[in-house]
Amino acid sequence: MVDVLFIGLSLGSILLLVALGLAITYGAMGVINMAHGEMVMVGAYTTVMAGIWLGTSIFIAIPLAFVVTALIGYLIERVVVRRLYGRLLDTLLATWGIAILIQQAVRLEFGLSFFGIHIEGLGPGLQRVDVPAVLQGTVSIAGIEVNTYRTFIIVVTLLMTALTWFILYRTPIGMQVRAIIRNPKMAAACGINVERVNSLTFAFGSGLAGVAGVMMSGFKTVFPNMGTAMVVDGFLVVVVGGVGSLLGSIVSAGMLGEINGLVASFSNDIVARAVVFAVVILIIVLKPQGLFSFKER
Amino acid sequence: MKLNRRKFLRTSALGAAGALATPYFFTRTVQAADTIKVGVLFSLTGGLSIIEKSLSDATLMAISEINEKGGVKGMKIEPILEDGASDPKTYNEKASKLVIRDRVPTVFGSYTSASRKAVLPVFEKRNNLYFYPTYYEGYECSKNVVYTGAVPNQQLSNFIPWIIKTLGKKKFFIVGSNYIYPREMAKVSKILIEKSGGEWIADEYLELGHSEWGSMVNKIKTSGCDVVLSNVVGDSVVAFYREFKNQGLTHDKLPICATVTSEIEIAAMGAEYAVGSYTSFPYFQAVDTDINKAFIERYRKFVKDPKAVTHHALESSYFQVYLWKQAVEKASDLTPNGIREGVKGQEFDAPNGHVKIDPENLHAYLTPRIAEWQADGQGKIIDEYKEPVRPLPYVAYGETEENLFCTAKGLDTSKLKL
Repeated sequence: MVDVLFIGLSLGSILLLVALGLAITYGAMGVINMAHGEMVMVGAYTTVMAGIWLGTSIFIAIPLAFVVTALIGYLIERVVVRRLYGRLLDTLLATWGIAILIQQAVRLEFGLSFFGIHIEGLGPGLQRVDVPAVLQGTVSIAGIEVNTYRTFIIVVTLLMTALTWFILYRTPIGMQVRAIIRNPKMAAACGINVERVNSLTFAFGSGLAGVAGVMMSGFKTVFPNMGTAMVVDGFLVVVVGGVGSLLGSIVSAGMLGEINGLVASFSNDIVARAVVFAVVILIIVLKPQGLFSFKER
Repeated sequence: MKLNRRKFLRTSALGAAGALATPYFFTRTVQAADTIKVGVLFSLTGGLSIIEKSLSDATLMAISEINEKGGVKGMKIEPILEDGASDPKTYNEKASKLVIRDRVPTVFGSYTSASRKAVLPVFEKRNNLYFYPTYYEGYECSKNVVYTGAVPNQQLSNFIPWIIKTLGKKKFFIVGSNYIYPREMAKVSKILIEKSGGEWIADEYLELGHSEWGSMVNKIKTSGCDVVLSNVVGDSVVAFYREFKNQGLTHDKLPICATVTSEIEIAAMGAEYAVGSYTSFPYFQAVDTDINKAFIERYRKFVKDPKAVTHHALESSYFQVYLWKQAVEKASDLTPNGIREGVKGQEFDAPNGHVKIDPENLHAYLTPRIAEWQADGQGKIIDEYKEPVRPLPYVAYGETEENLFCTAKGLDTSKLKL
């Protein structure tokens, strides 16, 4: 039973890791960022490339991927998303387009494959990330053998959540972000530079996706469309948890993860997936604002 | 040459006929006498392009090799490359285009059973010819398809008894991706397991492309099985083997015995996760023959990747073009019918060994092999048949060499009692 609960916890932490960035961009900025999954993918490829070209391990790749994806996120916000605030469906389409562009750029090796140039680590194939021996196998915690890599994911997720919480609730910029989540126009009227804060928020959200990508790379397969399925799961978590609520995302990720793990162990993964979607639909019907939402004043 | 009256008349009559028929000539592709067109239909985009691109490359390599040596019957082979886009419906459309518009007498293509089933009606209705290079689940008998990959009796009939007798494992946990190939393979496996004195304790499936294996591996761990038979396909394989090790399972106690895991997946997961597990295929990159070594070298040069790996379906994609070439040379005319009659009984020294097309069911004789995966990502061949084995696509339903279900006349449905 402990095994099953642990798997549920780990599923939840993976969901949360992907959803964390979305919770911020969707919550704070009202942007449906379909390119979020591609940020996860870019994070995973950063790990691959760092391993091949710099010889660095997965640990070094975490800050590296954060920086790379945050920069790409910043660029996307400045060039495209900035022009589309308040147009929810347009952001969906535009970021979806960006997602396809990023995917193809990786698949076609930035177009170089047309000229017969091959960059190792890119291209349409499966890529490999070498996982350090420390993270393979099991580790004994309180007399129970647990999966080391999943424990590592849980720890990283906790750290990232704590970091996000700290930034949102204990720093001046976090206060500004929260003000924008509540009411962007009022925040601007109070002298907050909404444009600048939005750029940084978007970059931070993308950076979190990059870290999620590093975690996925040692665990799942790295290939150009790996992010597509994840963005759906991410949105489920955010919608169930309540837009803009960090606590809501944590609770809903944990809940969906445990439901998935429990049902999968007593029945199978296919049924588990169906049950998770059923629960999500039920919650959206009963509480359209999500589990934790702000009271509109 | 002197132009006399009779010749002049004949030429001008022909010319007039040609002029009248011009619109017709424009609508159909003119088959110039010095080239022969063939279709090459694999997914160059989409999720399956990871593997199918390599099959397409191997096909093109064989074609270019044949062309360099003078072509077939003095004609150069001109491949018409189409993209199935990892989508059975696109496969069907592209196959129709190749058969109806380009009028090719043969198409080489498909990796998944889903895409083969999607194009099958096109080739049967138009009586054209399809060369299919992938190992598959059997249970098919078409006079319009030449199958050069393994069927279950070339992959499982050697594997399951070997697992039970040599490894001494008796309790099977069967796991696969949720579609026709793994399900048919499981059906064959169960029959063989029961026949060889073992038992199967579970038969579980995950969606194709699913990469969350936590619950499934936990189930394997607590099931009490002593061997895992994996028919998992695609990128799920990588996540499966990694999760397997990460939950503390080892291949020396509980080996994964796989029918799909090839050099490509091993390279993508990292060999340390697969060391000590087993796969059954007629071809491994490690096959120790000069023909194979030269083949690997040429392939790497052809795709400009010094580390490219070769695998079973890729090798079949390569040698089937040569079988086709020999068939064309033997055929009296360049129609699909002629080529089909020509390909019956054709033999070739392929990288995996001697192959032959069975004249009855158009499947290939192949040599079953079992390999144990090593730390360098290559299989060490630990069991192989001395001779190629006759393909029996209906082995799960009682087909034997003496009692063929699928013959040149077609499928004898009266024998097929389920």
